[in-house]
Amino acid sequence: MVPLSAYVAVSAVLFVTGLIGVLIRRNFIIVLMAIEIMLNAANVNLVAFSHYLESMTGQIVALFVIAIAAGEAAVGLAIIIVVFRGKISTNVDEINLLKW
Amino acid sequence: MVPVFFSYFSLVSILAGVLTVALPNPVHCGLALLTLLLHVAGLFLLLNAEFLFVIQIIVYAGAIVVLYLFVLMLLNLKTDERVLHHRYAVILVAAAAICGGLLLMALRSPFQGAKGHAPVEAVLQDGGSYAIGITIFNEYLLQFEIVGVFLLGAIIGAIVLAKTPTAVDVEPE
Repeated sequence: MVPLSAYVAVSAVLFVTGLIGVLIRRNFIIVLMAIEIMLNAANVNLVAFSHYLESMTGQIVALFVIAIAAGEAAVGLAIIIVVFRGKISTNVDEINLLKW
Repeated sequence: MVPVFFSYFSLVSILAGVLTVALPNPVHCGLALLTLLLHVAGLFLLLNAEFLFVIQIIVYAGAIVVLYLFVLMLLNLKTDERVLHHRYAVILVAAAAICGGLLLMALRSPFQGAKGHAPVEAVLQDGGSYAIGITIFNEYLLQFEIVGVFLLGAIIGAIVLAKTPTAVDVEPE
């Protein structure tokens, strides 16, 4: 029997990996991929608690998280295409038109 | 048998996550992300969440990763010369400290709470998908509809953003 702490530990490591990716990578698409890693870490946590606390709510919230992630990927990639069309770069440091 | 599969799925998913963040070529990052998603789906299977297992494979591995790879191929990206933030060493140390703190908290906590009303035997009687369906359409119907409206908005937004801009016809004075 795998303890709940093991799932929570895996989820924490995955989340921090995604966080590092968002902070240190400068490619817009890879930043979006790192966000997907963080959402997956949250999903592992939700499903693990749903299983060990014998409740269905965690799985349903994880389902909503997957739907939100799909929408986020679609809109984020459309934004990348628009930015790339005007200015040949996907480096997030160079996308600073709205920076105050 | 379950601890063996758990260690395999968790180790490979963490490794694939690190590769997704670390590899220089964006297409290789996409393939590492695909590996991560499939192994997280395996973790869902170990937790008796077979509906989420299927949804993870169809929606994430089947649709989202394909979308990412499509855009990568379409943009024909070169590997950036400067792929990393200029102060990434500081960030790595801070992140390692955060990770250590989280692991300390996770491994020391007993995680006790009130049990819900879906014990394993009751769920297995009709299957996990049945239990999810009953719960989602009884207690979470409003949230389900909100997600539907959100997805419609996301589709329309993506189409409007990615459409090729056409020259506006200006009426001659």
